[in-house]
Amino acid sequence: MSTNAGFVFSNDFLTYRFNEDHPFNHKRVLLTKELLETNDTLKEIDIIPPRMATVEELSLFHDNEYIQTVKRAGSGNLSDDEGSEYGLGTEDTPIFPNMHEASSYLVGGTLTAVDEVLGGKRDHALNLGGGLHHGFQKKASGFCIYNDSAVAIKYIRKKYDLKVLYVDTDAHHGDGVQWAFYDDPNVCTFSIHETGRYLFPGTGNVNERGIKSGHGYSFNLPIDAYTQDESFLDVYETAFREIAAFFQPDVIITQNGADAHCFDPLTHLCGTMHIYDRIPLIAHEIAHQYCNGKWIATGGGGYDMWRVVPRAWAQVWNVMKTGEPAKGIIPKEWIAKWQTESPIDLPLFWHDTDEAIPHIPRKAEITEKNSKLLQNLLKYTKIIK
Amino acid sequence: MLVEDIMRTDVITLPPTATIAEALLLLKENKIRHIPIVDNDKHVIGIVSDRDVRDASPSTFLTDADSSELNNEIQAIMSHPVITIHPLDFVEEIAAIFYDREIACLPIVSNQILVGIVTEKDMLYTLIQLTGTNVQSSLIQVKVPDRPGMLPKVTAIFGKRNTNIVSVLVYPYQNDPDYKILVFRIQTLNPMPVIQDLREAGYPLLWPNNISEPKR
Repeated sequence: MSTNAGFVFSNDFLTYRFNEDHPFNHKRVLLTKELLETNDTLKEIDIIPPRMATVEELSLFHDNEYIQTVKRAGSGNLSDDEGSEYGLGTEDTPIFPNMHEASSYLVGGTLTAVDEVLGGKRDHALNLGGGLHHGFQKKASGFCIYNDSAVAIKYIRKKYDLKVLYVDTDAHHGDGVQWAFYDDPNVCTFSIHETGRYLFPGTGNVNERGIKSGHGYSFNLPIDAYTQDESFLDVYETAFREIAAFFQPDVIITQNGADAHCFDPLTHLCGTMHIYDRIPLIAHEIAHQYCNGKWIATGGGGYDMWRVVPRAWAQVWNVMKTGEPAKGIIPKEWIAKWQTESPIDLPLFWHDTDEAIPHIPRKAEITEKNSKLLQNLLKYTKIIK
Repeated sequence: MLVEDIMRTDVITLPPTATIAEALLLLKENKIRHIPIVDNDKHVIGIVSDRDVRDASPSTFLTDADSSELNNEIQAIMSHPVITIHPLDFVEEIAAIFYDREIACLPIVSNQILVGIVTEKDMLYTLIQLTGTNVQSSLIQVKVPDRPGMLPKVTAIFGKRNTNIVSVLVYPYQNDPDYKILVFRIQTLNPMPVIQDLREAGYPLLWPNNISEPKR
């Protein structure tokens, strides 16, 4: 299959760092890049340097006032009181030096990926620095300052006038992107996530369907806590195929949060590496079926940064580049380089061994609930346009 | 929370002399289920529900109905006297009235004049707001002994971590009167530090619970 893919990367991504104790760490992107290099699937010619998003581009989605406030925060000129109105200076999104520039690189990376693909240079492009789906028009939240996907989709609508399907597999609801296009019939959002009953942000119910002319173009699968591979993939694959058939997208953007794994400390889903083979494979297949291959992928959440995220994200690239996820053993050089820094034993294989899979007593019940949810969602993919 | 904080003030009404046909049309056009009947001084003298109006309409099975019943005056079928409340009553009281009296709508009257209306749906919407699920947040459930001072002890842990609490619910623990469940929605994607502090302080958590033990 296609080998025409681009990997957006720069060390500037690593400057998006709140503080030492914060769970959102973009060293994940570097770990993934080096894993791919030692695996021989990522070469120098695949790498595209990101540009920095301009203020004008950011304002396609964000309020100018908010952007100016982020700038002031990053240069140390914002009081705590001023920041709290914009969600800045909280435990989730603390202020750090040059936060405007660091965040603009992540958005610029996704815009670079968009131009590579829609400018016709490559079929697929991956920006693991992006995927900051909780960013709001004038509010930072959930580790996200600027919402790169929302800006990029506004940018696609304006510059290329294409119908965009946004698919979000982060374990948290992709609320920022959903609300950004809630009334837009040319942008369809689909998010699968752990139910918001317990988990942040709490939204993403199956009945959130869009408003005004955008009604019918917002889809959600809030699956049960402790959902495992089979049930996750069953509902996800079916829904994705039906939604794509219903919406007929021109381009697909996927947000590849890697926090639905059973090792993830912040969520309660119980997936294994198997779902991270299937997620890019399905996106790849559907992009070729409907969009002439046009597929842009981003990173996202993922808080087991040593064992889960590098492998999961590397598989997105492996599928983009070779059409297949990697299997077998993890390159020894990579383990040797990073084991000293990792507080936990690094994985030896691309896939999880059996002892990693937890026993879930309520499995049958969870599977039943999820499939009911799917039936609920599918009612809406049959609407005659 | 006061009734005046949640009531609607743009009330759709009819005079007692209006016809049943007019009422039918008004219910349909405005997608409402209740119409207060008021006199010239805006005093509430009755109320009709969509069911009252339908009871007075010919059956849809009657193809040759002459529908003349629909020309009767609404005062012939309205319920009265009407149960009303005051804008300064509490929202909690509405729920009790709806439950006890098996009704779903309350006109709000001040100085004898109709000033607003509140329905079962408005009340449910308010309850949704009270549970805090309309704000980005994570949920934590703590089991505590039913003793004075437990709530401030637990909330101090959230305060120490600079974590904003969106809502707090307190309810009984199953049938055990010695314990209560505290449900917090907190405004963070990362509840881990708070969870760790709560566990270290010895509070049993009902959520997140221990089914996730295999998570390593």
